[in-house]
Amino acid sequence: MTVTSTDPTELVDPPAPTAGRRHRDPRRGTPVGSAVAYVCLGLATILFLIPFYLIVRNALSTDIDITGPTWKFFPTDIQWKNFGELFTDPSVNILQSLRNSAVIAVLQTAGQLLLSSLAGYGLARIPYKHATKIFYAILVTLMIPPAVTFIPSFIIVSQLRWVDTLQGIIVPTLFSGFTTFLFRQYFLSFPKELEEAARVDGLGWMGAYWRVVVPNSGAFFAAIAVITFIASWNAFLWPLVIGQDSSMWTVQVALSTFLTAQTINLHELFLAAAVSIAPLVLVFVFLQRYLVQGVAETGIKG
Amino acid sequence: MATSTVDAPAVPARPASSARRRRGGRISGVTGAFWLFVGPFLIGLLVFVYLPIVWSVVLSFNRAQNTVTPSAFIGLQNYIDLLKPGPFLDSLITFTIFAAFIVPVTFALSIGLALLLNRIRFARAFFRSVFFLPTACSYVVASLVWKLSIFNGVRFGLANTVLSWFGVPNVAWLATTSPPLYWIVIVSARLWLQVGFYMILFLAGLQRISPELYEAAEVDGAKRGWQTFRFVTFPQLRATSVAVLLLLLIAAYQAFDEFFNLLGNASFARPPLVYLYYTAQGDQDYGHGSAGAVILALLIMIVTLAQGRIFGFGKAAE
Repeated sequence: MTVTSTDPTELVDPPAPTAGRRHRDPRRGTPVGSAVAYVCLGLATILFLIPFYLIVRNALSTDIDITGPTWKFFPTDIQWKNFGELFTDPSVNILQSLRNSAVIAVLQTAGQLLLSSLAGYGLARIPYKHATKIFYAILVTLMIPPAVTFIPSFIIVSQLRWVDTLQGIIVPTLFSGFTTFLFRQYFLSFPKELEEAARVDGLGWMGAYWRVVVPNSGAFFAAIAVITFIASWNAFLWPLVIGQDSSMWTVQVALSTFLTAQTINLHELFLAAAVSIAPLVLVFVFLQRYLVQGVAETGIKG
Repeated sequence: MATSTVDAPAVPARPASSARRRRGGRISGVTGAFWLFVGPFLIGLLVFVYLPIVWSVVLSFNRAQNTVTPSAFIGLQNYIDLLKPGPFLDSLITFTIFAAFIVPVTFALSIGLALLLNRIRFARAFFRSVFFLPTACSYVVASLVWKLSIFNGVRFGLANTVLSWFGVPNVAWLATTSPPLYWIVIVSARLWLQVGFYMILFLAGLQRISPELYEAAEVDGAKRGWQTFRFVTFPQLRATSVAVLLLLLIAAYQAFDEFFNLLGNASFARPPLVYLYYTAQGDQDYGHGSAGAVILALLIMIVTLAQGRIFGFGKAAE
């Protein structure tokens, strides 16, 4: 499977049926079947959107509207002042947890891209005699999902005295065998002629990599970046284990704590949830093309 | 193909590599360049992946309460404790029940949505976006909505509100253990979050099926609908289906977030990672925690190797 075969545009716009073809595309079936399909999809759409509706409704309601004896489909009055309440509530400190999440997600994404793309390129292209053995040593780590070894990782972080630090949350997540594997597979299918021309022109391996390979791999880097950023922003177990002090909470850990302890108002909690998904909805709206490609890439190969 | 893929970097086969050799004395250049590219990653992998696993294996043979330094060797005692009937084995049973629900249901719904999307012409991008949108949400956010708004046990929860329109009294969704209604909450939350992801994988698989196969099937007299699906579509999706099943199983094995946030440390539904979390972070018992991590890692390695996927990787990618 090559990169082009999962080009997201194929998912959006399937090849148009050949003009003048007499038969209907057999995949599509009868008009009645299509009507049934639309009804099913419509019902599924309602079910899939209900949670988003509830988040927005509760975030902009008063607690009385949320918990009242009769169901309110929409708030009696939209409570824009809930924003002010959330961001100034000293017991919540949502801004700090948003900042932690942003720092962690950005650094983790950038670090993984840098380390894994370099390693993947070296493994794919540089004819070092032990390269295959080293590649197998990386492949073996793919068998164990990182979450399963959170206790071993915690032990190392605690020996480094990195518990309750941002580097304790970030650094151990930078070395992903899986991302390296994906980059290696990608670079194997990268046209060799381009780099060879660059190296003949006197650029070394690094020069060819930075001047020719990276600038021509934007879509693949973007796809991996989007996937990594979302996974990092939504990560819970690892930040929970390492960032124990409230100053180190990510937005997920903060939400979880408020959910379990139920120390804040319902509308504040739902508004915090809405704020926590807002960055990802933006990523989703503007970078969906890369996201879909990333899922198709990482999912099938993983 | 697998071997040639894996060996590709080591085999100098093209004129370019002889050109490289002509430029003279580049062997050390090759070694140096390789380590410049791969070295930083490899050092990190050793320190943050290999070293922790070795450390934990050693620690798992020690009594390690409130400490992570191996100091009191007790042989296999930690493993024996865990494998006796008790909470750890219960957690594996919980995982098995969970997987028996979530794997087939997610599989069926995601392939179903993909097939529906594949047969319509209009608004396809819209529907795909809707089903994919929950991927942007975290398990924590989903747990919050499920616990406080949809399956809240009091009357203002959405599920209880709808039931009350039909005169059904309030249901305590998360606290009811017989029948185990909490599974509805747990499974539906994960379905909402991950169906869109697997739907995209199936869509990609469907797009790769050549239209000629359908034309040939039609010429051969296959009826549209079930026969076409049974003899063309499903066999062509075999690789995707196997991959999705394995991914779903591995994901269920690592379930933590929604169990932790919806049920906490409830003894009736505690998957392996939740049990280990409370063993290590709650009881500070790193000996048993390490032994549990080793057992879980071994189990998943056996499943993965049995699947033959790791060493099929090179093949799948070409």
